[in-house]
Amino acid sequence: MAGQSYQFKSPVMNWLESRLPIFGMVQKEFVAFPTPKNLNYFWTFGAILTFCLITQIITGIVLAMHYTPHVDHAFDSVEHIMRDVNYGWLLRYVHMNGASMFFVAVYIHMMRGLYYGSYKAPREVLWMLGVIILILMMATAFMGYVLPWGQMSFWGATVITNLFSALPFVGPTIVEWLWGGFSVDNPTLNRFFSLHFLLPFAILGVVILHIIALHASGNGNPTGVEVKSEKDTVPFHPYATMKDLFALVCFLIVFMLFVFYAPQFKFHPDNYIPANPLVTPPHIVPEWYFLPFYAILRAVPDKLGGVLLMFGAIAVLFVLPWLDTSKIRSASYRPIYRQFFWVFVLVCIGLGYLGAMPAEGGYVIAARILTLYYFAFFLVIMPLVGIWEKPRPLPRSISESVLGKHGGVSGGGAQPAGATASPEKRG
Amino acid sequence: MLSSLRTLIVSAAVAGTALLTGAPVAIAAGEAPSPPSRSWTFSGPFGTFDNAQLQRGFQVYKQSCSACHGMRLLYYRNLGQPGGPEFTEDEVKVIAAGYMVTDGPDDTGEMFQRPAIPSDTFFEPYENEQQARSIFGGAYPVDLSVITKARKYGPNYLAALLLGYHEAPAGFDLEPGQYYNEYYSGHRIAMPPPLVADGQIAYDDDTPETIENYAVDVSAFLHWAGEPKLEERKRIGLQVMIFLFVFAALLYLTKLKLWRNIDH
Repeated sequence: MAGQSYQFKSPVMNWLESRLPIFGMVQKEFVAFPTPKNLNYFWTFGAILTFCLITQIITGIVLAMHYTPHVDHAFDSVEHIMRDVNYGWLLRYVHMNGASMFFVAVYIHMMRGLYYGSYKAPREVLWMLGVIILILMMATAFMGYVLPWGQMSFWGATVITNLFSALPFVGPTIVEWLWGGFSVDNPTLNRFFSLHFLLPFAILGVVILHIIALHASGNGNPTGVEVKSEKDTVPFHPYATMKDLFALVCFLIVFMLFVFYAPQFKFHPDNYIPANPLVTPPHIVPEWYFLPFYAILRAVPDKLGGVLLMFGAIAVLFVLPWLDTSKIRSASYRPIYRQFFWVFVLVCIGLGYLGAMPAEGGYVIAARILTLYYFAFFLVIMPLVGIWEKPRPLPRSISESVLGKHGGVSGGGAQPAGATASPEKRG
Repeated sequence: MLSSLRTLIVSAAVAGTALLTGAPVAIAAGEAPSPPSRSWTFSGPFGTFDNAQLQRGFQVYKQSCSACHGMRLLYYRNLGQPGGPEFTEDEVKVIAAGYMVTDGPDDTGEMFQRPAIPSDTFFEPYENEQQARSIFGGAYPVDLSVITKARKYGPNYLAALLLGYHEAPAGFDLEPGQYYNEYYSGHRIAMPPPLVADGQIAYDDDTPETIENYAVDVSAFLHWAGEPKLEERKRIGLQVMIFLFVFAALLYLTKLKLWRNIDH
């Protein structure tokens, strides 16, 4: 269907298309692509995340032109960027806050997936590719945070790489292999820089797979009822693109408020102290987006247990499609699951808070309770609720759900086709 | 059964939350209070530096701090850049020429001394950290280039610290070479009070020469030193925000018009 079969108006385009069949593909996948018409704004985060990735890559490439990955120069070269490179402060603040905003968007995107059952058949692979992207993002962000070579960079790298030493037998060898020596030092910084440059392109590759998988099944939608006919959809362009663009600019407003007015908001002051292997900061805290996982790590008294549980917290997402026994996708029609879902959201926020607190007393007990819920949500609640729960009746189609919302007087069923067919309404 | 399970979990979560928020934050005896918040000309979305204040602050740094604290990330030329103290080009040259720097090697392979020029970095008081530590009995006067960004509460903390020297409370033992400071973590600071008397530093303008003013002015100067592009950032930020809000409004209206005939 893609390729030659698409006829452009321009003979030049047809000539090119018959020799390089990508324009028909773009036309099919990014212009005509049928998109459910009832998507809400939580469905704009895919576009927002693509924007975040490209922003990080572009600012990152320019920053790499001015950055020096050497223990004696890394800190100063970042300050050189902030002071002497034209708009270097802007590039760096966009990159630094961009990483945070990237995680804000990815967590919202994932919670959207959890609420609306976006991981259920036939979208299991789409979801799993997303989990791979998350893991790659975490690795990239972690290594990026090491590059300014401040105190938190150094000690964060030391703490996190040391986690691998908990593995029996091979642990210490793996840690030395990661470090390229016997402590976090220049070889570590060099390889982290190299990998920090490489991984975003790996992410880009998986993002492309993620989009291919999305286009195989089509978008989900808030009802969880699959698209039944053309009446349920609108063409991707201009309908979804326009909505995505508006949402993206709203996202940018928040993003730029941080960049221009509170660029240090999420940045630990200790990272403006150059790395010193002889002085350990009183509290080693990772960036906010790792805090829930950090809380899980510290909730377990045993080091290996903590490490396994922390990685397990992400690994469990891989099998999520098979843990959820409910056939109903959208939590809007699942009265019981929905409540457990919102508790889960609060638990994740709570774990994030606890990750920033010292690991002592009541904080540890609270972290244990919340960690228990985190895993119970996936391993116990999801399988059981799906069996017990009596879902609310589903609408027969997307169009019917939309009619119901508006009292069924506007006769919307006939309109999408009309809208696509009326060029005067397309600006 | 299910509802009781739910109640159990919800109450566990609530109890957990109560624990977090209710748990008293342990304030150890040595914990420093948070510094009072001052009004700075550079705070807020439209804030800018007060050039005269930065010039005075530089004077305080030069006379009171620079003997012990370096600022290796700054160049003398920075003092004349827009959005900073904005000394004139000639003033910057005079300031720089007040310091000798080691340059070279020359044609015969020897290092030599020459007066500093605007493209030189600020004068470094020590050859290296070890030398500094040996002079100060193990303490190291930190570099001040990004000090306000490297401390929680930034310039507020700095000003409070400079004004926070008191007699140690009864029963609080200080080692020789230690001073009591209300705002320093642990209260034992190795830095002797740098600002001791009104009038100790002469200002060129008619600002009252008080310890309070010295502390505030030098904190403002150090904040500029750590964030020299603050004014440019806020200026561009305003333009970007105006653009984004207008663009978002237009996009929203466009989106409304586009979707008008689609029931969604």
